[in-house]
Amino acid sequence: MTGPLYEVFVRAKRGLNHVHVGSLHAADDRTALSHARDVYTRRNEGVSIWVVRADAITASSPDEKEPLFDPAGDKVYRHPTFYEVPDDVPHL
Amino acid sequence: MCPTSEPGGTAAVDHGPYADLDATDPAHWAFGTGFADPLAGIDPELPEGLDRTGHAALCLLLGDDALVYSHRLSEWCSRAPDLEDDVALGNIALDLLGQARLLLARAAVVDPTVVPAMPVGSPVPAEDALAFFRDAPAYHSSRTAALANGDFGHTVLRLFLWSTVRLAVLQRLVDHPDPVLAAIAAKGVKELTYHRDWSGRWVVTLAQGTEESRGRMVAAFDALAAARVELLGRYPDAGVEAEDVLDQLLDAAELRRPEEGADAGLADDLPDLLAELQSVARAHPMGRW
Amino acid sequence: MDESERQFEDTIARHDRIEPRDWMPDGYRRTLVRQIAQHAHSEVIGMQPEGAWITRAPSLRRRQVLLAKVQDEAGHGLYLYSAAETLGVDRDDLEQQLMSGAQKYSSIFNYPTPSYADVGTIGWLVDGAAICNQVPLCRTSYGPYGRAMVRICKEESFHQRQGFELLMTMMGGTDEQRAMVQESVDRFWWPALMMFGPPDADSPNTARSMAWGIKRHTNDELRQRFVDMTVPQADALGVTLPDPELRWNEERGHHDFGQPDWDELKRVVSGDGPCNAERLEHRRRAHDEGEWVRAAARAAGEASR
Repeated sequence: MTGPLYEVFVRAKRGLNHVHVGSLHAADDRTALSHARDVYTRRNEGVSIWVVRADAITASSPDEKEPLFDPAGDKVYRHPTFYEVPDDVPHL
Repeated sequence: MCPTSEPGGTAAVDHGPYADLDATDPAHWAFGTGFADPLAGIDPELPEGLDRTGHAALCLLLGDDALVYSHRLSEWCSRAPDLEDDVALGNIALDLLGQARLLLARAAVVDPTVVPAMPVGSPVPAEDALAFFRDAPAYHSSRTAALANGDFGHTVLRLFLWSTVRLAVLQRLVDHPDPVLAAIAAKGVKELTYHRDWSGRWVVTLAQGTEESRGRMVAAFDALAAARVELLGRYPDAGVEAEDVLDQLLDAAELRRPEEGADAGLADDLPDLLAELQSVARAHPMGRW
Repeated sequence: MDESERQFEDTIARHDRIEPRDWMPDGYRRTLVRQIAQHAHSEVIGMQPEGAWITRAPSLRRRQVLLAKVQDEAGHGLYLYSAAETLGVDRDDLEQQLMSGAQKYSSIFNYPTPSYADVGTIGWLVDGAAICNQVPLCRTSYGPYGRAMVRICKEESFHQRQGFELLMTMMGGTDEQRAMVQESVDRFWWPALMMFGPPDADSPNTARSMAWGIKRHTNDELRQRFVDMTVPQADALGVTLPDPELRWNEERGHHDFGQPDWDELKRVVSGDGPCNAERLEHRRRAHDEGEWVRAAARAAGEASR
């Protein structure tokens, strides 16, 4: 891949909110926008796209106990590190 | 989304069996909101006094170039460096294919004699007869468009050259007396602006990225020097403006400007290209697809 | 059972959604990563068999439709990798697992596509089978996966219809075209049935996946549904399906049908299908040849920060 993870938000029509539609990887902000346009929208007038680097997002914690012991701002995903997938989970 | 050229203006997306899939407000999903027929509401009447032969030739000049180049771009499908680029190149190929269909169809309407004769009763429409049943000498595409693909660097540079020139040409055609060509040009301008910017950014990125990528871009520039000459020669009106844009990019990419008169000559890859493109269609001249 | 586990079980029990920041059992997460990743790989590898016909599509309209469809598959792969990444894995890592063979993709794509009619047959039968599988997954327990599936299903609504329409058009064409369609259907019918996986009796993990709400129906249930939907479509097309045991069973209210060759499925899944090597080699080559591009993009991106 060419770069960090970006989250993509799209406003499909005037009057609607931006909606989270997924993510992609890109080397920089401008490229992320371009990719988002290609992957998550077609060329419709009035469409607005926001891309945000995933690590720039601060997420709330679902567990009330955590804020006492963990950093106040946390990443969007609970497990941001590589995860080894074992071989013994069979073909589904 | 399946692009078509059915008339009727904006088409709402019909999700068929999935229409009721999720009971929540579709505003939460940001799905595509449909697509508009670029020729909706355009009067197909040919203007008085139009030189039909010349006009059809212009449509084929532009249409054949788009079709042939779309073919080369579509060869990157499932082969691009990343999925995001695969999707982008596919979209560009689709845009050009759409332009080609409209232009070929228009050429056939303006001057039916350009359409190759098909067997009696053949259901093949004019645009397909033009695309699949003409031989290479009857095509009006550039050698540049037909060149076999090089590496990704060669690909984005060629796209940048080709789309910059074509954009300048189409910008001059948005006021053409033929309302159909004007509408096609207007659609094409939006598309080519994106193609030019997408490819231009890649050229700069690759020219600046690593030693290896820079080396490959320099090689691509040299290999495509003759392409630049050909494209600017095909469309003399668009030449000056297009050259300015090309040179701006060269500066941004800090790439040496190729020497004038560098004439490596361009290979003629069109016969091979058409052999592939036309293979199935020609095997079934009475076929319905 | 501690509080987090109880919340997880409650959420599953009421058919609600687990989201990325929720506690989840390791087994649940591993199963999801594998299933979503393999689904994503299937989309990407699935671009190849039909993609091979883009440059030879025999009409400009069919060419547009096919290119759009294959691009959709790339997009679907992206949505699914995106969903998998919410579970803490990295897309690069998943792609390595695909190329090394550690993770699989749908066995159907290990079959060749020697005829243009296969484009229609894949749309009709393969996408049809995928739809049977995917619509229930829209209600899968893991939020990002379910949402990716809704987006995919909405886009896929065209795919099966376009394939069917191509076949319908060809069946209204020349004798050669009709023969091409029938020959293609004869080759793809059994592999399409195998897309639902082994019979329930040979599928030990189905129960656990269903308990977790990852899977909503068994393999045999979905296979039966597919057969029941497809038989009338075959009639409408005027093609025969190559199964002498296929017949409507009034008592059951379903079609009876023959058993696929499960040995063939095992062989193809384990790497011994007609195109396994070719599909992975194509993928590896694209990946390797693109390395200098990705490296340049990363370098330029870092330089700009």
